[in-house]
Amino acid sequence: MTTREAIRKAMADSMREDKNVVLLGEDVGVYGGCFKVTEGLVKEFPDQVINTPVSEEGFTGLAVGAAMMGLRPIVEIMYADFFTLIFDPIVNHAAKVHFMSGGAFNCPIVVRLPEGSGTGHGAQHTQSPEALFMNSNGLKMVAPSCPSDAYHLLRAAIKDNNPVLFFEHKLLYGNEGEISEEELPIGKAKVIREGSDLTIVSYSHAVKTAIRTAETLDEQGIDSTVIDLCTLKPLDTETIFKSVRKTGRVVIIQDPAAFGGIASEVCSMIVTDKETFSSLKASPVICGGKNSPVPFSKDLETRVIPSVDECVKSALKLF
Amino acid sequence: MEKAFYLDALRLMLNSRNFEEKTEELFKAGLIHGTTHLANGQEACQAGLCLALSDKDWIVPTHRCHGFTVCKGSDPTAMFSEMFGSSHGLAKGLGGSMHMPDKEVCNLGSSAVVGSGVPLAAGIAFYFKRNKINNISVAIFGDGATSRGSVHETMNLASIWKLPVLFFCENNLYGMSASSSDMISIKKISDRAASYSMPGVTVDGNNVLEVYEACKKAVQYIKEGKGPYFIEALTYRTKGHSKSDRRLYRSAEEEAFWEKKDPIKNFENYLLEEGLFTEEEIEEEEERSKTGINLMAEKALSMASDCLTEEETMALVYAGEEK
Repeated sequence: MTTREAIRKAMADSMREDKNVVLLGEDVGVYGGCFKVTEGLVKEFPDQVINTPVSEEGFTGLAVGAAMMGLRPIVEIMYADFFTLIFDPIVNHAAKVHFMSGGAFNCPIVVRLPEGSGTGHGAQHTQSPEALFMNSNGLKMVAPSCPSDAYHLLRAAIKDNNPVLFFEHKLLYGNEGEISEEELPIGKAKVIREGSDLTIVSYSHAVKTAIRTAETLDEQGIDSTVIDLCTLKPLDTETIFKSVRKTGRVVIIQDPAAFGGIASEVCSMIVTDKETFSSLKASPVICGGKNSPVPFSKDLETRVIPSVDECVKSALKLF
Repeated sequence: MEKAFYLDALRLMLNSRNFEEKTEELFKAGLIHGTTHLANGQEACQAGLCLALSDKDWIVPTHRCHGFTVCKGSDPTAMFSEMFGSSHGLAKGLGGSMHMPDKEVCNLGSSAVVGSGVPLAAGIAFYFKRNKINNISVAIFGDGATSRGSVHETMNLASIWKLPVLFFCENNLYGMSASSSDMISIKKISDRAASYSMPGVTVDGNNVLEVYEACKKAVQYIKEGKGPYFIEALTYRTKGHSKSDRRLYRSAEEEAFWEKKDPIKNFENYLLEEGLFTEEEIEEEEERSKTGINLMAEKALSMASDCLTEEETMALVYAGEEK
């Protein structure tokens, strides 16, 4: 099953179980969504799949109000770049209404945000804006890297009583994989492979780069652990600390621009935790995207995210 | 109309006014932290609307929310407590003057971002429509908010989906210091409704009976499943925008003109002229309201030091698992 199908299945299973789960977004009906993620859903759930006008702020705000009354809306934002239009309903409202009402209201909304570069869409259709939400308390954020995690994390997000941002990388939609029987809860990182010399931390599309980096390092006799964060907020620091304390070396890889990103936060967690810091044998390294908007030109766009070569080189410097 | 109705209208308006008077006094005495937005002069909008709603109809007020919160039926003691930041407040002291949600009386609370409560109100209506519940939701906003994209987007959404929502615009002529005549491209804000295929009317927002009648009609229209409705209530806030406002942008003449249109005084005169109430009865109501509100403020003040602990506060960042 592809990631696209896994996301679709998670929505379908949730809508079948609970009539309060509704999907709102532009062209999510017969068209099947801009990336065909919602294809066919309107046929089985005609009352739960709702096409909206081009009013991201309006329909997301509407979904926030509906969630406060007990619906469980999933909002599809066509491209994650349009996050700017939903910042107010999500950051000022969804994230805070539970707190600001002294716990009287919940806001169980899921916002699906197709993100990432590599598609040749230019700088306003290729961003990965997760870092811009990181500092907003009351939100949860997930960014799966494989079909199984996408399925389980979306199921968990829909059941969660808090607003959850679901970042789905466009280049991962076609990836194949089995859906595991085991659920993956929000807030838990996954150890993809275990090694004793180096910890590579990553998430979303960059997990591919992380795995290939580890494989390349294998050839040089360096045995790496690869951690997929899966949830970006709240961060599973325990899993990271445990591994780093063991290996003493860490490379953090992310596709979005390095400055002020998720990797910086992971790095800061590591170096500000006394025990983990003391176990370090070398400074942590961040391999992030270039600090520029995403260029259109194909070759330049490919080079805006960290390559396996760059990551391997950075890792080798730690030894 | 029964005498009981007039009595309710008078009591709501008096309680709202006395709540604001007391709030101002407490602020001036330095007993309340932060800022506040008083709605003196807008009581007819608050009471007229709330009297036309059932207990199960919801409201989403503006940041100038005290009067609507009083009129929808919240306990003023819990409202004062909220402003004292105490755990007895409507939001356990985490909201403050602009955030007084009260699930018990179907008040979602206000947004402090002008115009952002409007889509939330449409969300309530969306919930009602989906669940075939014949209640309505009221999006309350001021003239300033009508320049927000979120308000226009929501009016369009409510119209295409025929949502049971009443757009209730309190046009108090100023968005902070900005005169609506300088900032809004049309004379009558209710004319905006036509663009979104819904009825739009403008009423005297200082006349509680006129506001009530217009809202009653709107509620009936919406409950018949005909879709959203727009009411513009023309009114005036006699105090400044917030506690720091020196009101340099408007003239003493203008203020004096509106002082004569005071919604409570005019309603009381009406009740006397029509022989519905005696002067003694009105004085008695004024006294009763004032004493009651003052007592509630004192009670809240006596508990003002009961605050949530840091641990209790942090535990409210995320909701738990139970539905």
